[in-house]
Amino acid sequence: MKAVDAARAFAGITRRELLRFLQQRGRLIAALVRPLLWLAVFAAGFRAVLGVSIIPPYQTYIPYEVYIAPGLIGMIQLFNGMQSSLSMVYDRELGSMRLLLTAPLPRWFLLVARLAASTIVSVIQVYAFLAIAALMGVRFSAAGYVAVLPALVVAGVMLGALGLLLSSFIRQLENFAGVMNFVIFPAFFLSSALYPLWKLREASDLLYWISALNPFTQAVELIRFSLYLRLNPAAFGWSLLALVVFIVASVIAYDPRRGIAGRQTGG
Amino acid sequence: MNPNSPARTDINQAAPALSLAGVSFSYGRRRALDEVGFDVMAGRISMLLGPNGAGKTTLFSLICRLLPLGTGKIAIAGRPVTAGPEVLRSLSIVFQQPTIDPDMTVRQNLLYYGALRGLSPSEGRQRLDEELARLDMSERAGDRVRSLNGGHRRRVEIARALMDNPRVMLLDEPTVGLDVPTRRTLVSYLHDLAAARGMAILWGTHLIDEVAPEDDIVILSEGRVVATGNRHDIVAAVGAADLDEAFRLLTHNGKEPPP
Repeated sequence: MKAVDAARAFAGITRRELLRFLQQRGRLIAALVRPLLWLAVFAAGFRAVLGVSIIPPYQTYIPYEVYIAPGLIGMIQLFNGMQSSLSMVYDRELGSMRLLLTAPLPRWFLLVARLAASTIVSVIQVYAFLAIAALMGVRFSAAGYVAVLPALVVAGVMLGALGLLLSSFIRQLENFAGVMNFVIFPAFFLSSALYPLWKLREASDLLYWISALNPFTQAVELIRFSLYLRLNPAAFGWSLLALVVFIVASVIAYDPRRGIAGRQTGG
Repeated sequence: MNPNSPARTDINQAAPALSLAGVSFSYGRRRALDEVGFDVMAGRISMLLGPNGAGKTTLFSLICRLLPLGTGKIAIAGRPVTAGPEVLRSLSIVFQQPTIDPDMTVRQNLLYYGALRGLSPSEGRQRLDEELARLDMSERAGDRVRSLNGGHRRRVEIARALMDNPRVMLLDEPTVGLDVPTRRTLVSYLHDLAAARGMAILWGTHLIDEVAPEDDIVILSEGRVVATGNRHDIVAAVGAADLDEAFRLLTHNGKEPPP
């Protein structure tokens, strides 16, 4: 594989993902409205109920909106990861996946390039969200906006790889709604996105442990600490481990035959 | 449509551009291909004739590495497909099912393909302009693919497949769903193209009328090659009146038994 060919292919794949994202206005709007609704409505309503005590990385009492902002960033990336797995299934049904996989480049590279392109799309969405959140009064330090970028990349690739892995187990587009319900909601609610885990522990030890082991929790904590210029080594380590496991598993599980045998009409 | 382009000079006319030997493949316990072997020479069209279900798409999937080759050998421009994805650089494929993105424009689709094939954006733009012009599609370059009819979409796919000057081109039932005049135009364009560019074409079809008198023919039935040669040889060997009858005799009336 020559570096220049790989770079050109990567640029082409990224351009296509961005074009598709910009053309699907509904997707862009939904990606922003969803977390903003949580921020404006849910957080406002629950700030009195769910007072947040001082836990790292916070050094003072913070409004609930500030607490859930990293969780909502995680939510954007989680949705984007699932969306990219949906478009993977869509591409497979449309046949354009075959075009990608018959490019003269290694399959792992093509799948990872696709993943990286979808991560770029998710990072753009996150910054758009952060800009609107800032207008709504949820602000971080200037350095925090920069420091969060590597965390967004790790979280974006990890959640995208999870989506890619799931797409290998979805035979058809119709089955996708179920996956959304069985993956996105549990991942989001059983995490530190909406409430600190110690609060969950007061209710149930089991729920606490499930949430603590949830890779999405690790991604959210990685983002949360980075926004305050702090590295959370445990969250970083677990996120990275999940990233590697999901990528390797998805490359291994990826079976282009699903796209061929399922729809084969000719000889 | 004008397929003319400077002829390639780097092709060894004697060595096959695409060669297959002893290729077998099974989906689970169902045998889809059994000891398939034949060559496709540069500058020539080999028509792979077979009824639906004969194994044509499976064979194409093996050649373009979508399916893993277990038994047998496949070489593109002298290099085995098992050597790695680099061998696909000499190969272009027009799949039976369209693979263009309906939400993108013709130009965006072609530039995307060019990038996958290692063309720079400027090379890509130049090549897509040339190929679209040859197929009388220049005016549609800025249109969304969704707005094109079936024949025009096929032309876009053929223009795309030619962008990086492949030495071997695979066409899997490229005329499915097209009306008769559009089919005729494409068939004659592709025949001219193979000769003009010294390209080897393997063309899968079940439509006998797409075969030109000079084409090489491979007839596939139930995953096996049941005849190879030119039209005259095959008709004579079977003792049929014409190719149509020979095809029916060799392939159980053109129908495969259910798998």
